Amino acid sequence: MNDPTTTAAPTDRPSAAPPAIPREPGEVIGKLYGLLAEFETPAAIMVAANRVREAGYKWWDCHTPFPVHGLDKAMGIRPTILPWLVMAAGLTGAVTGVVLQWYTNATNFDAWFIVPITGYEFLVSGKPMWSLPANIPVIFELTILFAAIGCVTMMLLLSKLPWLYHPCLKNERFLRASDDRFFIVIEARDPLFYRRKSQEFLKSLGATAVEALEA
Amino acid sequence: MTTLVIDNTFDDPTRRAPLVLGHDRFGTVTEKICSISEARRPPRAWYIAFAISLVFAGIFGVMILYLFATGVGVWGNQNPVMWGFPIVNFVFWIGIGHAGTLISAILFLFRQKWRTAINRFAEAMTIFAVICAGTFPGIHLGRVWVSYWIFPIPNQMEMWPQFRSPLLWDVFAVGTYFTVSLLFWYVGMLPDLATLRDRARTKVRAMAYGIFALGWRGSVRHWHRYERAYLILAALATPLVLSVHSVVSFDFAVAQVPGWHTTIFPPYFVAGAIFSGFAMVMTLAIPARQLWGLRDFITMRHLENMNKIILVTGSMVGYAYLMEFFTAWYSGSIYEWFAFANRAFGPYAWAYWIMVSCNVVIPQIFWFQWARRKIAVMFLVCLLVNLGMWFERFVIIVTSLAQDYLPSSWGYFTPTWVDLLTLAGSFGLFMTLFLLFCRYLPMIAMAEVKHIMPQANPHGHAGQEPGESEAGR
Repeated sequence: MNDPTTTAAPTDRPSAAPPAIPREPGEVIGKLYGLLAEFETPAAIMVAANRVREAGYKWWDCHTPFPVHGLDKAMGIRPTILPWLVMAAGLTGAVTGVVLQWYTNATNFDAWFIVPITGYEFLVSGKPMWSLPANIPVIFELTILFAAIGCVTMMLLLSKLPWLYHPCLKNERFLRASDDRFFIVIEARDPLFYRRKSQEFLKSLGATAVEALEA
Repeated sequence: MTTLVIDNTFDDPTRRAPLVLGHDRFGTVTEKICSISEARRPPRAWYIAFAISLVFAGIFGVMILYLFATGVGVWGNQNPVMWGFPIVNFVFWIGIGHAGTLISAILFLFRQKWRTAINRFAEAMTIFAVICAGTFPGIHLGRVWVSYWIFPIPNQMEMWPQFRSPLLWDVFAVGTYFTVSLLFWYVGMLPDLATLRDRARTKVRAMAYGIFALGWRGSVRHWHRYERAYLILAALATPLVLSVHSVVSFDFAVAQVPGWHTTIFPPYFVAGAIFSGFAMVMTLAIPARQLWGLRDFITMRHLENMNKIILVTGSMVGYAYLMEFFTAWYSGSIYEWFAFANRAFGPYAWAYWIMVSCNVVIPQIFWFQWARRKIAVMFLVCLLVNLGMWFERFVIIVTSLAQDYLPSSWGYFTPTWVDLLTLAGSFGLFMTLFLLFCRYLPMIAMAEVKHIMPQANPHGHAGQEPGESEAGR
């Protein structure tokens, strides 16, 4: 591990399409997206992430094959607003359940919902037209349904997914981010980013390799 | 072939037993699990099983076509037993579908980390079981071309579904359950699909897995939301699991028929559903771990834990059987008492005693440790539990309807060959889907398994041997 930038890319994984122009790993021909630093253990990336945050970088991220406990705190990620969005989705479901059942089973007025519709008063065994207890199961199920769909959709949208293309995914070394390696990426748009300085900084954090990412 | 080097079934209170055996590192976990779906050819046993399953799935399709072309008269459903095999099969399959979400949601909330090895394919099993379950009431409708009447969609009658009927609650409960289970399964699989995408060696594989991986790249900012979303989904799915079989039991409990009109039904059905679901998980897990060499992940400790749950839920079901009799006697209603006495000693006594022996008596063998750790014993017990739980639904539905208030309208239910082949065919569909899943998707949640390995603890020593840390539980 003398000079990490010149370490050859891992050869135990045959590549699908080798680059047309042979070049040094990390040598960027197109526009620079950022720098990629590889770490071998959760403990190593934990220490490194703390240092990157302390150095004041804003546009950076860690990539791990599984959620490393406490790494989000080390990166200074604030709690997500996801739970509130899920609650809103769940309440929407509950209201939908109430309105749907009330309109279709306990009213008889015309309305417009995509097509003209009319309520229908069901008289069952002389019971009141609108008796909430019998409507609870459907309200409950719709609450759960809306909340669950909202939860997954919001989780993806807040993360800007689906987004099939990403500069990281072009990097041969980065493919192990879903296997057994841990990565820190500092983006070139960060105000503190300087190619040489940031590269030296990442090396000083104990990275086993530092490479440039092409945008 | 790896061997069990550590006995993780031994409980030493000073040290957590490791959940992954075989001295694995993160990379070897990926390799072992991905290689199953990356292999050029699956094992020969897979081909044989797949061929048989496909034949039965075809029979299922043919039987449904025959039914549609002819009418529900091809079934044994006949006055007074109007709910015959289709509803028995529906309740049976939906019950099986309960284990997956129980393992993924409830055990997750209880922080039972051993669930990680089995949750993926238990969830897959859930989805396929719910598909089979949903088919039966669908084809039972008679006029299938107006089956959209069960949904609140404007129709030519200018009427709406009657929302005070448990049968309609079922539509919403099962529909929600299927959707949420599918989302839970898919979200859990996202990181693993990304792993398969990154390891893909052909363009087709990279694109197929790539599209479904949605561009997942393990960003910690994404993981942060992902973990929160997963927790919320678990919290939403937990009451959902309990509600679905409760709603299914309302189909019966809300009716006036003696033998159905019982308040014990919701908890009794839920316990039975978990019981049958775990038995089915075991029925699939045991051959799968042998066939693909997953013994390091689905260890003896996992199997033993599942056997303990089978023992507990089986005993709960046994308690419910007894309590039904007590309630029938204590109610003082001659019809109730007759319904239960008739179950145990009437014309369907054979079915009742198959049910009791398979569900209550035989699982008691799991009180003995050797039985909980003997593959052959547990496999046999689980097969019998599957059988017994099918008969439970048969007993509840058929015996109650065949002999109710008026002796002049009593009857005896006999299934037709179409009934029997449709039931067999549904197993074919279930197994076909399950085998395809085993072949093409990651059978074990890799990201989650890595997460519970001792090396994943960022505060401990890197590269610890399993068993030397207390991270695994």
